Order: sequence, then structure tokens, then C-alpha cells
Amino acid sequence: MLRYLKSPDVTGWLLAAPLVLVLAVFLVLPVLMIGVVSFWQATEFSIVPALSLENYEFLFGSAVTYDVFWNTFRYALIVWALTLGIGFTVAFFLAFHVRTLTWQIALALICTVPFWTSNVIRMISWIPFLGRNGIANSTLLSMGVIDQPLEWLLFSDFSVILAFVHLNTIFMIIPILNTMMRIDRSLIEAARDAGASGAQILWNVIIPLTKPGIMIGTIFVLTLVMGDFVTVRFMSGSQSANVGRLISNDVGLLQYPSASATAVVLLCAVLMVVGLLLRLVDIRKEL
Amino acid sequence: MKKNHYTRRSLLKGGAAALAASAFPAPMIWAQEIKDITLRQFGTGVSNLNEVAAKVKEDLGFTLEMTALDSDAVTQRAATQPDSFDIADIEYWICKKVWPTGNLQAMDTKKIANYNKIVGIFRNGKLNPDSVIAQGTAPHTVGFTSGPGGTDFVAEESGWMTLIPTIYNADTLGIRPDLIGRPIESWTELLNPEFKGKASILDISSIGIMDAAMVCEAMGAIQYGDKGNMTKEEIDKTMAIFTEAKKAGQFRAFWKSFDESVNLMASGEVVIQSMWSPAITAVKSKGIPCVYQPLKEGYRSWGGGIGLSANLSGVALDAAYEYINWYLSGWVGGFLMRQGYYSAVPETSKEFMTADEWGYWFEGKAAAGDITNPFGDKLAGAGDTRDGGSFDERMGRVACWNSVMDENQYMVRKWNEFIAA
Repeated sequence: MLRYLKSPDVTGWLLAAPLVLVLAVFLVLPVLMIGVVSFWQATEFSIVPALSLENYEFLFGSAVTYDVFWNTFRYALIVWALTLGIGFTVAFFLAFHVRTLTWQIALALICTVPFWTSNVIRMISWIPFLGRNGIANSTLLSMGVIDQPLEWLLFSDFSVILAFVHLNTIFMIIPILNTMMRIDRSLIEAARDAGASGAQILWNVIIPLTKPGIMIGTIFVLTLVMGDFVTVRFMSGSQSANVGRLISNDVGLLQYPSASATAVVLLCAVLMVVGLLLRLVDIRKEL
Repeated sequence: MKKNHYTRRSLLKGGAAALAASAFPAPMIWAQEIKDITLRQFGTGVSNLNEVAAKVKEDLGFTLEMTALDSDAVTQRAATQPDSFDIADIEYWICKKVWPTGNLQAMDTKKIANYNKIVGIFRNGKLNPDSVIAQGTAPHTVGFTSGPGGTDFVAEESGWMTLIPTIYNADTLGIRPDLIGRPIESWTELLNPEFKGKASILDISSIGIMDAAMVCEAMGAIQYGDKGNMTKEEIDKTMAIFTEAKKAGQFRAFWKSFDESVNLMASGEVVIQSMWSPAITAVKSKGIPCVYQPLKEGYRSWGGGIGLSANLSGVALDAAYEYINWYLSGWVGGFLMRQGYYSAVPETSKEFMTADEWGYWFEGKAAAGDITNPFGDKLAGAGDTRDGGSFDERMGRVACWNSVMDENQYMVRKWNEFIAA
């Protein structure tokens, strides 16, 4: 018995067991359940266990599904590009231009200040700001930049993406900053000694070395944006839809099976994207 | 003043009462038992008010537990979990779905003291003898069943009611008169290009489609057989007109919750939209002009009532009947009417309102002084009249009742497409 316990195989499994259990109960089981329910059928009052492809047939047979999935990917791509641009720049500044560690920590903490309130509040606070009679429009009007309030500031794709970028840039900054801080400064000195220009150092040294951070940030941002429904609902004034809203509408109408089917398709799509990203960079090796 | 003022006489009296009580124990025990009774009521938020529960405790002695849910959840619970409630506070269109399941029990109208005073809308469908019955799920069509244990609906007043009506109102479009600056008279104005980017409709499919149908019919674009029970073709046509308007940028936003509709209107993002009466009040109470505009095509109306769970029996059932009779006896009616809703037995509510309140809310007269709601907020000042006028003018011009369609599932999918378009 004791001999068993001392074998590294067994202790390894035992050490992993709590996490395995937690993940199995709270992650694997619910996901399996969603998969099972997606084949069930629903009437107005009840959910009927069945093995029916009806939910998937309807999903893939409707042009709206493709529009909505396209919309979801579009939001994800645009938000990704913007958060990457901003996140990389901010992290670069913090890592290479701020000299002292104290200041680096202080400034990184300032980046997290907006997170002291809930993300719903941060999002909704944009609404009065961007509105027809909001602060943005009245400022522009009084400055004489425009003579009509800008309608596209609120309840548009612009406001949705603005809110997404605002909410998610931090998830890009932190992992990128983390990898940048661990870049050996002597590599940069060596590059400079070898005659590389600033742009060359950035392109050939810093970016390749921050790839894991970029990848982790990318996964955060993409999954958050693709799974969101609240931001899209509030910032578009319910006028745009992404997959998350499709699911939440179904849940609201107690159509759990069709919501599950949509969720399964979304899950597959997100997993494919993440799988693709992991192929590009081996995060394990780089960490 | 002495606190314990026992005299020989009062002691004798007490002794006699105690003797009587021990000789005829029934009423005492009943009074004791009813205090222990808890009735579990659930329903949509409109009339599930804590003030009502508190007043029940005070007036009747028993406890009323209230749970507020959205209408989809209410429907599901009433249909699938009959053991989870004693009293269902539901809308009439929900009753149409739930009654056939047999989870509610028919109520004997002989036990309802004010039954004969209930307004005609809930009995024969007619507010006045010459009224025309509106489309949709008119309350009286699902208000009666054939007898105890019945799961059908009957047209006549059979003496067995499915729901006791409690609260109802007539809905229309809300407008910002200061930003529109001209009279609005028809539902067609919702799609008028003049209000491009300044209109809104509610994103709750079963009600939104009805408002959309009011607009399409007013435009003369579609003739409906029954707006409350559309065919697939009618649903397609309605959604096509609204999708086109959406793509042309007619709508500023859609709203799903009460607060959203208030914010859209108060901020001036929207100047004309579907709205509920308390939302108008909320905008007005911020000092912003807002009118619940009566329109020539009429109102979209809704009504709710309370139904009893099939599982209720014995003392609990007696308590439930007592609750219903109390509900119709006026206090709740006055409480609701002072918020702009209507009571099923308006004349009993009159005693619980001042003459000025009654004149303003029910008779459509100009207010003599400030009109406040039960929570003390000022809603109107001297000289103001209620939008739409008197009870008869408003409830007499109902074009359609909230309803559930045979093609409900299809409609919901089409509505989702409209939102995603």
C-alpha cells in the first residue's frame, strides 16, 4: 500500500485529483450537458429529451445565423486589432521607456483603475457621454467642429467596438507587459551593438520575444468578445446581434435546446480559433 | 391614566368571553389558523407589490408571499410547477396557455361578493352595451369555464371564472411633444421618415409584434384577420415592413426593460416609441414633457387577474377567496388606480381615492390640485388632465388585446431575425 503511494505515478495523479474533480464537475459535465440538451426538443412549456437534429437544421438553415456569426467574428477581429495596437504600445512604453520599477508598477496599477467598478457600469457610462445630447456631441458643437449632433456615436457599431476596446484592452496589456519585462536587456544591447535600428530591434527582437504574451492576450480578447452579449445589446441599442445575443434571446424564451445548439456551434468556432492560435505559437515552450 | 385598568366589570366580561369561546371553539380556532396560513403568490412585477402583501397581513391576518418573475418564466411555472404556488397573478393571454393544463381551479362567482360590479370587459366583453369587442385575447373569451374541474373556455358567464380580473390598462405610443412640435394622431407616425433615427419599439416579441401590426394596419399596408392571431403570411409581411424601416435607420434603439424606455425618452434619443404608462410617469417626474398619446386607431390593451392553484383546498382555499374579495373591495383598486392602472371594480376603489384623484384618473377631469402617486411623487398639477381622457374614452377604444398566437414559435423566430437584421 505504502509502496503504491510512494510511486511517483500515483502521487502525481493524487496531486492532480482535486483539480481534475473540480474541472470535471464544473466544466466538463456542464459542457457535456449542453451538448446533450442541444439534441432535445422544446415545446412552449417543457423540454423533451429526444435525439433530434431539428435545432441544428434550423440553425444552419437560417441566413440570420450566418449573418450573426459573421458579425461576431467581425467584432472580434476589429476589437483584436485595436486592443493589440493599444495594448502593445502601452506595454512597450511601460517596459522600455519607464526606467524605475516603482514607476512601472505604479503606472501598471493605474491601467487597472477602471476595473475598480463593474464592467456593466463602465459600459453604460458611455451612453450618456455619446448620446445625441451627450457630452461628446455638445462639446463638439460648442467647439464648432460639427453643426449637427453625430448620430453614429451611440447605438452603432462604433459604440459597440469602443466599449469592447475600453473593456478589454487591459487583457492585452498585462500579458504583453509580462513577457516584455522578462526579455533579457542584453539582447537589445547586442542588437544595437550589431548596428540594428530601433525599428529593426522592435521587429526582429522584441516582437518575436513577446509573441506568447500577444497570444495569451489574443485568446483573452477573442473569447471575451465572441462570448459577450451584454455589451452588444446595450451599446447597439439592441439593434445589432452577435451569437451571444442569439443564445440569450433563446434562453429568455425558454428555448433551452436551441440555445444549447447555438452554444455548441459557438464553442466549436471559438475552440477552432484558439486551436489555430496555439499552432502558431507554442505557449508552453515560451512561458 | 392607568395602563392596567381592570374593573370588576371588564373581568366579568372577559370571563364570559372565555366561557363562550370554550363552548363554541370553532371561530376562534379558525381565526388562529388563518394567521398561520401563508399563501404563495407569483406573477409579473406590475401588481406584485409589497404594499399589497403588507396590507393583507394587516387587514386579513394571513401572510402573502410574493415572487415577481418575467412573463415567460411565469407562464412556464404556472404550466409546469403547480405545487410551487397557491395564487397565480397572470395576464389573460398567459391564462389561455396555462388553463388547459388543469393547474388552476375554477372560481365560484357566487363566492365573489362584488362579482356583479366587475366591469363588462371581463364578463361579456362589452364595456358598454354597444361596444365592439377588440381583436386578440379579449379577457372574457378566456375568463369563464364550464364548471368546477373544467379545462375549457366558455363564451357565456357560466358562474365559474378562470381568473379574477385585478389590473388592466390601455397602451399606446409615448411622445416628446416638445421635440415633435406638432400633433400626433396615428400609429403610422412611428415609421414616419420625419422621425428617422428617433423612433423606438420594444424588443419583447409578443408585444412588439402587436405594436408593429397596429402601425402596418394604420398605414393601410396590411389588412389583418386578427392582429392577435396572425397567419404566417401576415407575420412575414409585418416583419418585412419593419426590417426595411430598420435598415433605413428609422430606429434609434430597441428597448427591453422599463428603465431603458425611460432613459431613451428622457435623454431625447427617441421622440416617439412604444411605451408603458408608468414609464411615461417616470419621464414626467423628471420634469420632462412626455405624453401618452391617444391615437385614432385605438389602444393595445392588456389585463391581468389572479387564479387559484388546483391544489388549494380547505382553510387555505377559504383564505384565498377572502383575499380575492378583499382585492376587489377597493383598497388595492385605489392603490393601483393612483398609479394609472384600472381596477376591475372601479366603484369600490372610489372610496379609497379623493374626489380629485377619482376625477383625474377615472373621469378624465382636470385636476384641482396636485396629483400624487401612492409613493408621494407628484404626477400632475392643477389643471392637468389625463392623456387619453376618461376610463370610457380609453378602455372604450381598445383595438387589440395582448395575446398569444397559434404561430407563436414562428413569430418569435421571425422577430429574432428582425432584431438581427
